[in-house]
Amino acid sequence: MEIFNQHRDRITIAILALGGEGGGVLADWIQVVARQNGYVAQGTSVPGVAQRTGSTVYYIELVRIGAAGGNRPDPVLAMMPVRGDVDIVIASELMEAGRAILRGFVSKDRTTLIGSTHRVYAISEKSALGDGTGANARILDAAERRAARFIGFDMAEAAQSAGSVISSVMFGAMAGSGSLPFPREAFEDAVRHGGKAVAANLKGFASGFDAAGRALPAPAEAAGPRAPTTAAGRALHDRLCRSLPEEAHALATDGVARLMEWQDARYAEVYVDRVEELAAIAPALAAPAARHLALWMAYEDPIRVADLKIRATRSAHIAREVRVGSGQLLRVTEYMHPRLQEVCETLPRRIGSRILASEGWRRRLEPFFARGRHVETTGLRWFIVLRLLAAMRPFRRGSLRYAMEQERIGRWLDLVRDVARSDVDAAVEILGCQALVKGYSDTFERGIANLETILAAVESHVIGTPDAAARIAALRDAALQDEEGKALGCAVSQLSPVRQAS
Amino acid sequence: MAERSFKKEVEKLRLGAGEHFEGEGILAVTKALLQAGVAYVGGYQGSPISHLMDVFADADPLLRELGVHFESSANEAAAGAMLAASVNYPLRGAVAWKSVVGTNVASDALSNLASGGVTGGALIIIGEDYGEGSSIMQERTHAFAMKSQMWLLDPRPNLPTMVDMVEKGFELSEASNTPVMIEMRVRSCHMTGSFVAKDNRRPSMTVGDAAQTPTRDLDRIVLPPAIFLHEIEKVEKRWPAAQAFVRNNCLNEWFGPERDDIGIIVQGGLFNTLNRALELAGLSDAWGGAKLPIYCLNVVYPLIADEVVEFCAGKKAVLVLEEGQPEFIEHELNTILRRADLHTRLVGKDVLPRAGEYSGQVIGDGLARFLEQWSPERAPARQMAVPVEPELAANVPARPAGFCTGCPERPIFSAMKLVQRELGELHVSADIGCHLFSILPPFHIGNTTMGYGLGTAGASAFRPNAGGKRAVAMMGDGGFWHNGLTSGIGNAVFNQDDTVTIVVDNGYSAATGGQDILSSRADNDIRTTRHPIEKAVRGMGVRWARTLTRTYDVARMRDTLREALTSPEKGPKVIVAQSECMLNKQRRIKPQLAKAASEGKRVVRERFGVDADTCTGDHACIRLSGCPSLSIRPNPDPLRQHPVTHIDNSCVGCGNCGEVAHAAVLCPSFWKASIITNPRRWERVAAKARKWIIGALQRSHARTLAARAF
Repeated sequence: MEIFNQHRDRITIAILALGGEGGGVLADWIQVVARQNGYVAQGTSVPGVAQRTGSTVYYIELVRIGAAGGNRPDPVLAMMPVRGDVDIVIASELMEAGRAILRGFVSKDRTTLIGSTHRVYAISEKSALGDGTGANARILDAAERRAARFIGFDMAEAAQSAGSVISSVMFGAMAGSGSLPFPREAFEDAVRHGGKAVAANLKGFASGFDAAGRALPAPAEAAGPRAPTTAAGRALHDRLCRSLPEEAHALATDGVARLMEWQDARYAEVYVDRVEELAAIAPALAAPAARHLALWMAYEDPIRVADLKIRATRSAHIAREVRVGSGQLLRVTEYMHPRLQEVCETLPRRIGSRILASEGWRRRLEPFFARGRHVETTGLRWFIVLRLLAAMRPFRRGSLRYAMEQERIGRWLDLVRDVARSDVDAAVEILGCQALVKGYSDTFERGIANLETILAAVESHVIGTPDAAARIAALRDAALQDEEGKALGCAVSQLSPVRQAS
Repeated sequence: MAERSFKKEVEKLRLGAGEHFEGEGILAVTKALLQAGVAYVGGYQGSPISHLMDVFADADPLLRELGVHFESSANEAAAGAMLAASVNYPLRGAVAWKSVVGTNVASDALSNLASGGVTGGALIIIGEDYGEGSSIMQERTHAFAMKSQMWLLDPRPNLPTMVDMVEKGFELSEASNTPVMIEMRVRSCHMTGSFVAKDNRRPSMTVGDAAQTPTRDLDRIVLPPAIFLHEIEKVEKRWPAAQAFVRNNCLNEWFGPERDDIGIIVQGGLFNTLNRALELAGLSDAWGGAKLPIYCLNVVYPLIADEVVEFCAGKKAVLVLEEGQPEFIEHELNTILRRADLHTRLVGKDVLPRAGEYSGQVIGDGLARFLEQWSPERAPARQMAVPVEPELAANVPARPAGFCTGCPERPIFSAMKLVQRELGELHVSADIGCHLFSILPPFHIGNTTMGYGLGTAGASAFRPNAGGKRAVAMMGDGGFWHNGLTSGIGNAVFNQDDTVTIVVDNGYSAATGGQDILSSRADNDIRTTRHPIEKAVRGMGVRWARTLTRTYDVARMRDTLREALTSPEKGPKVIVAQSECMLNKQRRIKPQLAKAASEGKRVVRERFGVDADTCTGDHACIRLSGCPSLSIRPNPDPLRQHPVTHIDNSCVGCGNCGEVAHAAVLCPSFWKASIITNPRRWERVAAKARKWIIGALQRSHARTLAARAF
């Protein structure tokens, strides 16, 4: 066992944890094990707002009792970590390990960094309109480089599979790291001393202890490409493999599978036609087209939602996710809010558009769709309603929404084709703009409006400029800045500073 | 008290002479009060002294045995005024609160208390919430000590010292007829350590005895002409008496060698951090064996001129470590040195930052600068910290505080966001309490916060134009009873303010740890509860008042708020938004549910989830909620690139995300799972039948899927 601090008599430990993760319990355990093994232990913290999602530093100092010299007064221990002077850092989450590094607690000459590699996303990461998450690899790399030793594994996962909490896994990892001069039993005694959920905590402890001895597991290999299972699937797969460049195969395969499920093989053929046509103009268009065209063609409508909600695979998935035990019953209620708009769009084109165009009909019908519905899909009544809705799939081609979407897709593809002839990079970016179209109701309308704003701006101001691709990407990023469209409005207005005043 | 039990801590208060106490600093102080024979204790909860209040609230039987009176005061002013009991009678009294805010609230009472002076020892335990983790403005309580002439103790962070200072504080107060403040910094309050206990002492006189035989002394009442007498007495009698007591009892401490040509004067509370900085510079060790003379001020006000002069004499330069600004101590030390005609150079804020917490790093840097100039041979080699890569910083997100999982205050602000979509941005005068987290992401609601219970008063200047927008004020139930009822609601009624006040009635003073207040719904053995807030505001004269009993009904919340903002009714409008603090509720019901389930009773657990298939990764739901359990994860769909929303197992099933999805017409991805433990027999049978039919339908659906499979 490697023992720290041969040259000084104290050990300093910082714990960076989020509210509710048991950082305080962990700090208590550490002090108990130390006190029972010949050390004076002092812990402090600033819990303050920690329980409310903030991050907190718990700080512990240990000093050997009766170390050389004897007859010493009480030790004078510090109350907060000092840069470069922390022997052990325990971080309950990956970004907290990153924060420990940023705050200078992790140093190459002395620090054992024990960190969980899972993520608890911060509000800035969660609330982004697109992907706002930080780069995990960057933190892992810094942890490896800047600590004397880095012990990292997914402790949340370990806790869950041990039926325990993350604090006990962290304690186990600390014991397993050998960074404290106490035997395993001493740590386990401390857990028993706490007296709460001892069996579960010891299980978590054991799992942490074992994992600390192992190396960081390699990331799981991505699943292999999807293989067709039916004749129709094979035919389309063979065709796209022949006609499309290789880098587009995986995405196009997923696209075909999605559209066959969403509608039928005939619809998937239209998709392959369209991707092939773009690939013929420039091979670089194939992969982005395969992705974004599939997503747009398989737009979200009530038929699709109903189809997904009633599947047996989904029921099983929910039961697993909420951990339904044997002997327990599960009821599932959906929060759905179809507005008159969505209902009409699902109806045949003429009927739907007539109702939407008629003031009188709208006034009479809208009250029926003004409230959200609590749809119990484990109950017969709503299940049958959704099953009937899903059964409308064969008639989808006649629906108002279908007509609207095909028209939009057509315009988008026309522009892509137009641009691709002179500027392939810009065309790729235009394809990527489909990612702005998301969600339902207001969210969907916002996305479509943003997309149309960008496409209009591209047509009138961007096409033909030397850095068109970068400018389109910038517009797309702007659309993901805020819900109100302020950043996009600003970006669009800056496109044409010389526009004549009229 | 509330939903947490402090039984274990109460046991520690019972320790007798010679037994070892082990625990947090603030609990040590709590025990010290009983050892000192305190007769009455009051205060107002708040970080970092809530623990003292909570433990006393749970220690009722022990306090009865000892004849000690305890009360949770309505606010700090009430607590400060309570010390009036020590003016005429030899009663030792202590009150506690969070400073500097609590001291602000109490300052009127404290001024009067300090003017008349005290007979029995009066101790004010100040939880100084300054520096990292602080939730209030950064100011020093020191100024109050100076202007009202109260003594301020700042014991070094060491449990035996802190405990001793409580006892000595009472004696000092009695010796100088002056109230004494004992400052406990945040980290000292939460610092663990041990001390050897003494027996608890019954007060020699109880509050009941005093009430039985009242005495009166006109000279102690704060009225002219006595007040002029008080001012002179403060300077001529009490101040010298205090200095004599501090000197004779050696309340301040000296460390390190006796002779040196440099030295350090430090506030007691910073001593441990200083020692670490010295240790890292090779000038001390883990046992406080400093190699430089240190004068440690456990009493920071008043300073003892003789001690200062003696310490500084023969020294070229002395470093003063004084946290915060202005540097009152440094000013006074300079005055003392000038008067003594000593030419010792005082080095303080010129090498140390004027603002901010004095961490080990900060003191270490200041110390190095001091030594470089005055004793270069002892100056540590300055280490250049390894620079942190800037892109690393860009990748580590900030974690602003937010509402807890399932918090009932969240839907209020979700509703307000929805109303703002219709009516435009509102001016929101915020208050103090958990609801203040609305100013942070994802809500971004709230313009100012003027103090506890002052939300409505903070909106009083906003008189809308004809047909114009009304201002909204927030107030928690804690703030409401603290003073908001009078300074906010009463004021608004009297002046006919046209504002909308939302009182968040979550059943506790939740932000300070879940203490009961007048409107709490819990039964409390030693206090009365269940006094409705709506009744109180109507009693004040509010005509438009609504109580919503379920804040999670976002649509109703939104509609009520819209009505309040647009109703033709003039005068203040009050919405009482009720739902129990989820943190406390979970503490309360979790064990109950587990017990019921193990007894074979029917128990329903609810949890929410999101379908990754239908979620498109816009996260509008998160921007309207921000619940910790509402998170994201990588999109399982190989075609989509943005992360999907995901609800983890910490979900308590409050239902807010579903209601928000409904009220804002978001998306059909949210589902609620009700997991029924020990279902009734008919329920099992019906479920089985349903499952059979649904299973058959699902199989037929699966066949249609298979028919068009890839």
